[in-house]
Amino acid sequence: MRVLRKEREYINGAADADVVVVGSGIVGAACAESLTRRGAQVLVLDRGPLAAGTTACGEGNLLVSGRAPGPGLALAQASLRRWPRLLAALREELGPGRAECEYEAKGGLVVATDDPSGIALRAFAAAQRAAGVDARELAQGEAAAYEPHLTPGVRAAVHYPEDAQLQPVLAATSLLAAVRARGGRIRTDVEVTGVETGRDGQRIVGVRTSEGRVPCGAVVNACGPWAGQFAAAAGAPLPVLPRQGTVLVTAPLPHGTVRHKVYDAGYVRAVGNADAALQVAAVVEATQAGTVLIGSSRRAGFDATLRADVLRALARGAARLFPVLGGVPVMRAYGGFRPYTPDHLPVVGEDPRRPGLWHATGHEGAGIGLAAATGELLAELWAGEPPHVDPEPFRAGRFASAAF
Amino acid sequence: MSGPSLIPSPLVVVVGAGPAGSRAALSAARCGARVVLVDSSERVGGRYGRRPAAVTDGEVTSVTHPLEVAVAVQHRIEHLAGATVWALEPGPAPGRHLVHLQQGPADDRGRPVRTLTADALVLCTGAFDRTLPFPGWELPGVVTAGAAQALAEGQRTAVGARAVVSGTGPFLLPVALSLLDVGAHVLGVYEAGNPARWLRSPAAALRDGGPGRLAELGSYAAGLARGRVPYRTRHAVVAAHGRDRVEAVTVARLDAGWHPVPGSEQRLAPVDAVCVGYGFTPQLELPLAAGCAVRDGHVVIDGRQATTVPGVYAAGELTGIAGAPAAAAEGELAGLSAVADLAERQWVAAAGGTAPGAGLTPPPPARLAAVAARVRSGQRFGQALARAHPVPGGWRGWLREDTLVCRCEEVSYGELRDAVVARGADGMRALKLACRAGLGACQGRVCGRNTAELAAAFLGAPVADPHAMDRRPLAHPVRLGDLAGPPDGAGDVTSDPPVSPDTR
Ligand SMILES: Cc1cc2nc3c(=O)[nH]c(=O)nc-3n(C[C@H](O)[C@H](O)[C@H](O)COP(=O)(O)OP(=O)(O)OC[C@H]3O[C@@H](n4cnc5c(N)ncnc54)[C@H](O)[C@@H]3O)c2cc1C
Ligand SMILES: Cc1cc2nc3c(=O)[nH]c(=O)nc-3n(C[C@H](O)[C@H](O)[C@H](O)COP(=O)(O)OP(=O)(O)OC[C@H]3O[C@@H](n4cnc5c(N)ncnc54)[C@H](O)[C@@H]3O)c2cc1C
Repeated sequence: MRVLRKEREYINGAADADVVVVGSGIVGAACAESLTRRGAQVLVLDRGPLAAGTTACGEGNLLVSGRAPGPGLALAQASLRRWPRLLAALREELGPGRAECEYEAKGGLVVATDDPSGIALRAFAAAQRAAGVDARELAQGEAAAYEPHLTPGVRAAVHYPEDAQLQPVLAATSLLAAVRARGGRIRTDVEVTGVETGRDGQRIVGVRTSEGRVPCGAVVNACGPWAGQFAAAAGAPLPVLPRQGTVLVTAPLPHGTVRHKVYDAGYVRAVGNADAALQVAAVVEATQAGTVLIGSSRRAGFDATLRADVLRALARGAARLFPVLGGVPVMRAYGGFRPYTPDHLPVVGEDPRRPGLWHATGHEGAGIGLAAATGELLAELWAGEPPHVDPEPFRAGRFASAAF
Repeated sequence: MSGPSLIPSPLVVVVGAGPAGSRAALSAARCGARVVLVDSSERVGGRYGRRPAAVTDGEVTSVTHPLEVAVAVQHRIEHLAGATVWALEPGPAPGRHLVHLQQGPADDRGRPVRTLTADALVLCTGAFDRTLPFPGWELPGVVTAGAAQALAEGQRTAVGARAVVSGTGPFLLPVALSLLDVGAHVLGVYEAGNPARWLRSPAAALRDGGPGRLAELGSYAAGLARGRVPYRTRHAVVAAHGRDRVEAVTVARLDAGWHPVPGSEQRLAPVDAVCVGYGFTPQLELPLAAGCAVRDGHVVIDGRQATTVPGVYAAGELTGIAGAPAAAAEGELAGLSAVADLAERQWVAAAGGTAPGAGLTPPPPARLAAVAARVRSGQRFGQALARAHPVPGGWRGWLREDTLVCRCEEVSYGELRDAVVARGADGMRALKLACRAGLGACQGRVCGRNTAELAAAFLGAPVADPHAMDRRPLAHPVRLGDLAGPPDGAGDVTSDPPVSPDTR
């Protein structure tokens, strides 16, 4: 890494960095945490406020339950194992208050309300078990013991004890607090507009920002749904696209009304239908504050307009699973944009077209869950350590021939 | 409907039946538009409409607001009483909007959900009292000045036997009078500002407020004097005390920045009601849902009440606080402008051969100009009022570590500071998730603005998204079952098979 002296001190006294992380969402935060733990000098830049992008607009499910065996499941398994250890280490380092993330290993429950999806769900769970997932089929009537208010129309149910949840903004800000405590720097309201390359015209030697240039040895593109735009600006286009999602929040309910994260198994029949205009699947979970979150819909594009038919479909799906929710007021609706790639796997690693440009993005509806392993994997690759998950399926180069 | 046209006149939907909304409905209807006037309360008149109540033989009867009669006799207006707009959606064509509403008492189950398609939308949702936090403000007995006055004038009931009134603005005077009127002992009116400033531009007050305004203020002052109510400027209630409810207050003298002057604190007891009002906060969720630009807490409008979104107009306290007459003038202009634009749009459509004009009689330019002049004078009055009653930041010094800033979620000043300073949450959206301020029952209506100001003070710079807490795409709670509709699944969003939840 070569940094030109005269290019230092551009951003209000911020000198050069080993790594500039672009984006302060959960993924950028996790990367910065893993990098600083390895002693890297990190500068995190975000054009908006801290952790206020997609990370502040979704839910905090950490799931293995919905994933078919494959690289995505392997990353999820690694990440779900990693989260509690990472949070314990942060508690140690920062003290309990600043590391509080409302982490809860509450387990997931996937239910089918008709026979075809029941059959599919059982087969799906069997395949997951073969891949090492703890997927416990519940006997007829047993689901009611797990979720007393669940519809009696359940035909099959699988319990996933490994599923957990946390609060994404707390998690991201805790990770960034650790970054700061280790001497990392964080600046918001600074847009990264492009990269600077060295004499070879390829290798990154700095970034251009709305406040000047910052010399650096590496840049991490953790721009979430805007990662495609940043990649293009960096001269290495990447097919990361947004899919809008909406969530409903109810008034607080007595604890125990909804105990797990519960969702409909209808998904087993149709996985990966990314191109449909709009899809809705019911996911119901309670937060520590007692409110119930009801997700979630999918619609292609950056259009944030609220649509009443989407709210209606979400409500209908939730009421179908938990009839008791029918009388509960919905207090709030919000939404964000999931960053997805054509093969629905994230991109983690260095871009062969632009040495020094790294990507950590494209996590779609699972960026919170996958962040812990993503940050670690990126830092391992950056430091030349043996990676704890196979990085091959997540390489940036896999889209090289795709037209976009 | 006038004229033989088979195509119905365009539909103007007016949300809010206060002085602004009622006037907008009347002026649009009189120009030939069909109007649906929606308000969550039962009566026409808005907040001001609560005032006229009379007692005959010990019975409280509410007096009919003059606007109520006018609206009732105008056959082109359909008044949807007790109807709350819970969401807005653009469509089905540019300039048109879907207005989702629900009718019936707020707590009922199975309130029907209905959708109107507005050819033009006039938003007149008014404003609500602003409260500033201080130690003890969460105690029962501490209420907004508006609530105290509504109770006094609507129900002929005093919030307490020994009350104090604290805040800023001319509105404190009628509140105190209404309390006296229903037999409360008012221990004092504490005006945190220095309204002598008002007199620095008496010419403006006279011109824009009209002599009636000054006379009104004068009569309030006289009323207070008769009731022997002490009126102190540069003073405020900076703490309330009590175990289960308010029993005493601390009043302090304030400097020009509203910092308490050390040593000036005085304890008043016994006190069983504290009425607080620091001006008003516009009810912004519908304009924000429609995508209207908002500046300094008010909806941005042009000289004809049009917002930055085609087909959407705003009037009344959404655009500035200047009292009922000014709101009514804005409403009238908004209704006229909506019709004028619709007539133009129709003409364009007719030229394209799709829809002939249908019974609209757009207002003559002279009429528009006359109303616009009244609106401008009202707006000058509002600006003078705002200048005379600023809310400087010294109130932050009233707070202690454990003072609640968000009452619904019981978030303390210390917790808020931690979220900003220790966690680095420098935007409102992340901030509310980092400390829960604004996530409770009122959805940030009470604490949103205060939280944004506190955060800005910690950061030493304004927050990037000050209106994030005013953004409530779901403008009002709706029961999940009502939202879901009948359980037959009819009208499902899509026949696409559902997909996995957020796992990929
Ligand atoms: C409705 C919904 C529900 C979800 N539920 C779950 C769930 O239950 N579990 C789960 O694991 N995941 C869930 N997700 C997905 C998850 O939220 C995302 O995958 C994750 O937040 C992505 O994080 P990120 O850090 O990549 O992106 P972001 O949080 O969007 O962060 C990207 C940041 O980059 C910044 N940025 C962009 N461009 C630039 C630039 N040029 N210069 C400087 N800064 C820039 C942005 O301002 C932003 O802050 C959900 C998503 C949605 C929308
Ligand atoms: C107690 C009190 C006393 C006052 N006394 C005076 C006085 O003496 N002189 C004076 O000039 N001014 C007075 N004012 C101020 C006066 O009330 C306002 O200037 C005036 O009401 C503003 O009119 P508006 O039409 O903008 O809003 P409002 O009168 O506030 O009307 C807004 C209406 O919108 C409705 N609404 C809001 N959101 C929705 C929704 N989502 N769906 C359906 N309906 C909705 C509300 O129910 C409300 O009726 C007083 C105010 C109060 C609170």
